[in-house]
Amino acid sequence: MSDTDFDVPKALSGTASWVDDRFHTARGFRVLMRKVFPDHWSFLLGEIALWSFVILLLTGTFLSLFFTPSMSEVTYHGSYMKLNGIRMSEAYASTLRISFDVRGGLLIRQIHHWAADLFMAALVIHMLRVFFTGAYRKPREVNWLIGIGLFSLGLLEGLFGYSLPDDQLSGAGLRIFEGVLQGIPIVGTYLAYFLFGGPFPGHDIVPRMYIIHVLLIPGILLALITAHLFFMFHQKHTQMPGKGNTERNVNGQPFYPYFMAKGGAWFFFIFGTLTLLATFATINPIWLYGPYSPVAISSASQPDWYMGILEGSLRIMPAWEINFLGHTLSLSVLIPFALPLTIVLGGAALWPFFEQWATGDKSWHNINDRPRNAPVRTAVGMAAITFYGVLWAEGANDVIADKLQVPLYTITWAARVLVILGPILAYVITKRICLGLQRKDREELLHGYESGVIRQLPDGEFIEVHKPVNEEKRAVLEAKKVPAMLPGPGTEDPNGVPAPASRGMLGKARAFANRAFAETIPIEADGHGNGHHGNGHEVTGGEHEAVGAPGSAALPAGKGDEES
Amino acid sequence: MSDMEETEGTEGPVAPHRVIGTPPPSPRLLGSTAVAEEDGEAPVAGEATGEEHIEGLPPDDPRVIEHTKRAERIVAACFTLAFLAGCGFVAAYVGLGVHSVDKVLRSNLWLGLTLSLALLSLGLGALIWVRHLMPDVETTEERHDLRSDDKDRQAFDQYFRQGTANSQFVKRPLVRRTLMLGTLPLLAAPIVLLRDLGPQPGTSLRHTVWSPGRRLLVQGTNQPITPAQFSAPGSMITIVPEGYEDDQDALTKAAVILIKFRPGELHIPTRYAGSTLIGTMNWTVDNIVAYSKICTHVGCPVALYEQTTHHILCPCHQSTFEATTGATVIFGPAPHPLPQLPMTTNSEGFLVARSDFTQPVGPSFWERG
Repeated sequence: MSDTDFDVPKALSGTASWVDDRFHTARGFRVLMRKVFPDHWSFLLGEIALWSFVILLLTGTFLSLFFTPSMSEVTYHGSYMKLNGIRMSEAYASTLRISFDVRGGLLIRQIHHWAADLFMAALVIHMLRVFFTGAYRKPREVNWLIGIGLFSLGLLEGLFGYSLPDDQLSGAGLRIFEGVLQGIPIVGTYLAYFLFGGPFPGHDIVPRMYIIHVLLIPGILLALITAHLFFMFHQKHTQMPGKGNTERNVNGQPFYPYFMAKGGAWFFFIFGTLTLLATFATINPIWLYGPYSPVAISSASQPDWYMGILEGSLRIMPAWEINFLGHTLSLSVLIPFALPLTIVLGGAALWPFFEQWATGDKSWHNINDRPRNAPVRTAVGMAAITFYGVLWAEGANDVIADKLQVPLYTITWAARVLVILGPILAYVITKRICLGLQRKDREELLHGYESGVIRQLPDGEFIEVHKPVNEEKRAVLEAKKVPAMLPGPGTEDPNGVPAPASRGMLGKARAFANRAFAETIPIEADGHGNGHHGNGHEVTGGEHEAVGAPGSAALPAGKGDEES
Repeated sequence: MSDMEETEGTEGPVAPHRVIGTPPPSPRLLGSTAVAEEDGEAPVAGEATGEEHIEGLPPDDPRVIEHTKRAERIVAACFTLAFLAGCGFVAAYVGLGVHSVDKVLRSNLWLGLTLSLALLSLGLGALIWVRHLMPDVETTEERHDLRSDDKDRQAFDQYFRQGTANSQFVKRPLVRRTLMLGTLPLLAAPIVLLRDLGPQPGTSLRHTVWSPGRRLLVQGTNQPITPAQFSAPGSMITIVPEGYEDDQDALTKAAVILIKFRPGELHIPTRYAGSTLIGTMNWTVDNIVAYSKICTHVGCPVALYEQTTHHILCPCHQSTFEATTGATVIFGPAPHPLPQLPMTTNSEGFLVARSDFTQPVGPSFWERG
């Protein structure tokens, strides 16, 4: 009797038959059950975001049963005695009720808030993983763009969510949001008046944010997440380089039961961890902040972490306002509001297409790059992190000043310098590190790794024995791919005709970018080839732009391999 | 399929009689214990399944048996713990009340502890299960070109052309253009419908509720104040306009700070914006000056005042204003000084406004000029 020889309960087999007779599901489920999921820790990061979203939906539904999205004023007579008799909005009073008069309400509220912070953090880390390994490349550009859309919507969803309780802290944040809206040229005041139903704060903003927060944005998020997962499923996962991994296969474990069990376990771990945080680490104690008043503020007011970059941008900006034909252009607000996020998110959205343009590489990529093997990408990523990080930290400049006992203005000035210099330094240093690691890889491949065994030669000399790397490691090292070198500016073919792609401003820019992308440490001593030792890298469907003039490239970069 | 055991046929009370020439009723899904594994594994449309293998020792090795037995016990212990913790959660919900801070904290602690314990032990159990009880299976899936093959592309091209031709869309520009014309206004409809979300701003951002003779009330007590009652140099208080003490919409623009200086400290130069007077010593009373409390950056209340340096600081983005010279900006992103409220005393000696602010308070906007 084999393992698979057992009775399936009639309830299950009957249902399966019933459903299949009507929906033709057996075929689909059979594919689903055998769906392969590569086993790499970094592939769990996106799942954190997914499960956090599920937890947000669950806890959010609970909260909506008790929350009153109204700005009507009431006098509080609930269980939190310190606010007894205070006039406040119904939104704030009902949040107090959730916290103090609904059993489990405080716990669920705090899980919801922690889950939102984790959702955004997981999105960012997942996107960094995708960026640094080049997993956004063809054919996955659309999923990359969906990810950026998810992050942008998540920002708005979070802002509206934490503003709902109408407490002092979030009210101040909302006032800042309104002040920024007012600063938008031409339509700003109209946008602000239409969103708030008149002057700030009015009585409309909480119910409006509520419906946007619980229906509109979650609906769009859900649709985008569904599309994201569908595309991932359809296009199949990328995989890290390794033995037996080729551009035309996926290695891993099947969905049923392996990934199902692991995914389930991961969900429980995330939910459990969020619950632990909610139990022991208080977040957003709105009862301490009090109801919103436009004349009050507390120092060290910080928004949730994902808004930190906007907060820091506002703080770092020197005063700048110009009068344009009798109209006010409030650049001290507009630039910090629009520029950093445009640079980071817009840059991220354009990057895959820029990279294709600069490298001329239009083939599909199912094997990820190790970050060191794409020095320009990795360096640009680190520069972006530095840029984001400086602005983010500046968002807490008052807290930093207080903790480090450094004058506040010094920190702001340091940030003003660092926000420009930091990314440049990060780019240069990262690129050097990447190339250094490539050298080390080449050493290992050519001469083996240092085994730690010291041997004395007959003539008395001591040497360290180098051993060849194992097959798995060799497969990883040899998976390196380098973009083809396009002809540089002024390159001519044997007849003296300049290469067409290098002409004009755009052509020169492209050649310049291409030279940076093609810089590499060849993994073979003679500088030829880059490790295609018949390990299955036949790439078909490649529409590699054949712009390189023959013989003009210093590095052949395995072009014959890329082209079909 | 033919080697499947004939069971009850399809669902339903009686298997239908077989009509000659029709296929036999199919056996129930998952119903047979004799499903050949290999049959089930036949590739579906190129779905290669790869080889399966169990790594390491043979499954009947005593070490393996011992190991899996232990793993099984641990998994079962985890799931049992989850059960107990889950029961604890329900017990904590039923047994621990709320309605006071202490009780809420206690309830939160026990609910959170039991819930996280239940969730984490379920996760841990599942993880150990998959790691140590399930055989280690590695499968390979082939990738297929995402691009459709040329035959499909050509067929698509052909059907599209045929369908478009049949629709007459290209041939009859009158229909095409009037269709587009017809839908155009409807595209604008959603935007038109949003118009009543709020009133037009008009000039409302330029004005506050301050008017000649309106008394300055101390925020909190809501009492009027005389210069003599506000005599300690270096202090700052928040002022609200009489009649609007609790009106949030009004206070968002009209909140004021009052600062008292020692004689000789205050030097507000007479300043104009165009022909409008926007700052002067004449609007102060007994070395007391009134500035708008609303930061000219993005509207936070400027709540911090440093006596020794006479700096007013906005805690949100650290715009810093020099209080002695008309709240001029000395650091940070604020583009304008805090507007000065024209102030005097009335016949009873209370501080009152001479007029509204002479320039818009709060954040800049396009129409500010």
